[in-house]
Amino acid sequence: MSAVADRHVVADAEAKSASAKPSLFSRALPAWAQALPLALVFLVFFLVPLALTVMVSFWDYTEYSLVPAFTLRSYVEMFEGCYDKLPDLCVTLKTYLSTLKFCISVWLISLGVGFFIAYFLAFHVRTTTMQVALFLVCTVPFWTSNVIRTISWIPLLGRNGLVNSTLVKAGIINTPIEWLIFSDFSVIVALVHLYTLFMIVPIFNSMMRIDRALLEAARDSGASGWQTIWNVVIPLSKPGIVIGSIFVITIVMGDFVTVGVMGGQQIASVGKVINTQMGALQFPPAAANSVILLVAVLFIIAALTKLVDIRKEL
Amino acid sequence: MSGSSLELAALTKAYGSTVAVDAIDLKVPANTYCCLLGPSGCGKTSTLRLVAGHETATAGDIIIGPTNVTELPPAQRGTAMMFQSYALFPHLTSADNVAFSLKVRGVPKAERRASAMDMLGLVHMEPYAERLPAQLSGGQQQRVALARALITRPQILLLDEPLSALDPFLRIKVRAELKRLQKELGISFLHVTHSQDEAMALADLVVLMNGGRIEQAGTPREVFNAPRTAFVAQFMGGHNVIATGSGPIAVRADRVKLRRAGEPGRLSGTVRGIEYQGTHLQVTLASPDQSDLTALMNEAEFDAVPLKPGETLAVDWSEQDIHRLNA
Repeated sequence: MSAVADRHVVADAEAKSASAKPSLFSRALPAWAQALPLALVFLVFFLVPLALTVMVSFWDYTEYSLVPAFTLRSYVEMFEGCYDKLPDLCVTLKTYLSTLKFCISVWLISLGVGFFIAYFLAFHVRTTTMQVALFLVCTVPFWTSNVIRTISWIPLLGRNGLVNSTLVKAGIINTPIEWLIFSDFSVIVALVHLYTLFMIVPIFNSMMRIDRALLEAARDSGASGWQTIWNVVIPLSKPGIVIGSIFVITIVMGDFVTVGVMGGQQIASVGKVINTQMGALQFPPAAANSVILLVAVLFIIAALTKLVDIRKEL
Repeated sequence: MSGSSLELAALTKAYGSTVAVDAIDLKVPANTYCCLLGPSGCGKTSTLRLVAGHETATAGDIIIGPTNVTELPPAQRGTAMMFQSYALFPHLTSADNVAFSLKVRGVPKAERRASAMDMLGLVHMEPYAERLPAQLSGGQQQRVALARALITRPQILLLDEPLSALDPFLRIKVRAELKRLQKELGISFLHVTHSQDEAMALADLVVLMNGGRIEQAGTPREVFNAPRTAFVAQFMGGHNVIATGSGPIAVRADRVKLRRAGEPGRLSGTVRGIEYQGTHLQVTLASPDQSDLTALMNEAEFDAVPLKPGETLAVDWSEQDIHRLNA
C-alpha cells in the first residue's frame, strides 16, 4: 500500500518538475544574462586572439609576407640544432634558461620579501587605517610609467649613481661597481621592486583570515615566534603564497620591457625574442614562440595548483 | 599532574585610561574548581588572560605554587588555556593538534604521537584522531581542545567560556564531564562564565566580578545565600532586593509569601505576570517605591489560592529570611 502511495508521490513530483521546466528556464535567464558581458569580453579579447596566435604559429612566411598554410616551420626553426648541439645549448634553450633563471630568482626574492611585509601588515599593524596607508606605500612603484620608473634607476644604480658614489666616498670601494646597472642584478632588482606587491596582496589576504586565537594557542603551547610562523602561519598562508607565485611567475616569464631596459638590451629573454621577431614582422615564429611560452607557463601553474586547491580559497 | 595554588595580588590591567582589572586579590587553593563569573566587560576574561600570560599585567603579581609567574611567558607558567572558539589549528588533524606543544618542544614523532593518543583517550576521542577540526562537531572540537590543553600537564587549566558554543542539552552534559575531569586530574580549573547556573553547578569557589573588581568570592552556597551587595543578589538571581528604612535587604524569591489583600504583610504588590515553570510558578509583582518583586510558589500552594494578573496582594516574609546587604 505504502509502496504504491510512494510511487504515486514520485510520479506526481515528476509531473510537477516537468511542468516547472519553463519557469526554471526563465529563472535561469537573468543569471545567464549577468554572466554574458564578461563572457563576451573574455571571448573577444582573450579566446579569439589566442586562437589567432595558435593559427598564425602554423603559417608560413617570407621576408615580406605571411603565407596562410599549415606548416611546422616556425616550431622546427625554433628548436633547430638543439638536439645536435647537446650538451651545448642552442639559442632557444639558452633564452628559456635565462628567462627561467630570472623567474626563479625574482620569485624567491619576492616571496621572501612579500611574505614578511604581508606578515608585518597583517599581524603587527594594529589599525586598519595604518594598514591601508602602508598598502598605498607598497603601490608607489606603480604611480609612474614603466619608462620613467626604469630610467629612474640610472641615477641610483649607474656608474656615477648614488649607490656607487656613496660607497666610493665612504671608502668601501675604490672604483665604482660596474654590475649595479645593465646587468642580471639590475634586472632582478627592478622586477622584485615591481612585482613584490603581487605577492603581498594575496598573502596578506590569506593571513587576515587566520584567527588570531590560533597564534595565541601556539604561544600557549610553547611555540616560539619562528615556530609559530613555520607551523601555523605558513601552512595557513599557502593559498596566498601560491596565488602570488602564479602572478609573479606569469608576469616575469613574459616580461621584455624591464629585462630590455634594465639589462641594457644585452640580456635575452623569451619576451624579448618575441618582441624582436614581431619588430621584424616575422609573425609566425613570434606566434610559435608565444605558444611554447604559454605552454611552459601553464605547466608551472599546473604544478603550483597541485599544491593547493585554489578554488576552495576564492 | 600535581595541583598548585594560584594567588593574585593587587593584579591590575589598564588599557590606556580604561581599567579592565582593578587591583584584585584572590587566593585559589590547589585542586579547586574556580569560576570567574560576571556580566560582559566585568574583567573576568582579562583576568584569565593575565593568568595565562596572553596579557601583561599593568601592576600586581600572579603567583602559581611557589613561583611568581607575572613576567613569565605562557608556556613556562604551568598553565594551559582552552580558548573560547577552541582555536584548533585547521590544517592539523586532531592528533597533530594535541601533539603540537610536544612537537615545538622537539619530542620525537612516535613518542608525541603516543602521548597525543593517550590524551585523546582521556576525552574519548581516539576514533577521531585523523580528522581535521572542520570534520568534527562543536562538542568533539571542544574535547580535542581540552586534550591539547591537558597534554602539557598544566597545574592550572584555564577555560574561557568553554560551554558557550554548545547547545543547552550538551552544555549540561559537558559541564558534568569537566567537573569529573577536574577531580580526576587533581588540578585547579579556572573557568570564565557569565552564567550563574554554570558557576553554581561547577564551582568550589565562585568569584563574582563587576567593573574590574571582585564583588564577592566564596562557595556557591555562601554567595547565593549570603550575597554581600545588591549587585550580587541580582546577578545570582532568585533574590528580591528590597529597599527598607535601614538599608537594602535581600529576600529569596522562594521565601516570599503572598497573602490576600488585608491580611498581614510587609508590602503590597500588584500581580503583573504569572509564569508556569514546571516545578513551580513564578509570580511577578509591581510594588510602589520598589523594583519588581518575584515570588516562587509550588503548584500546590498556587492551586490553593489561584492568583490573577491585576490582583493586589500582601507580600510578606519572615524575619529569619531577611539578609542585609551592604549599601
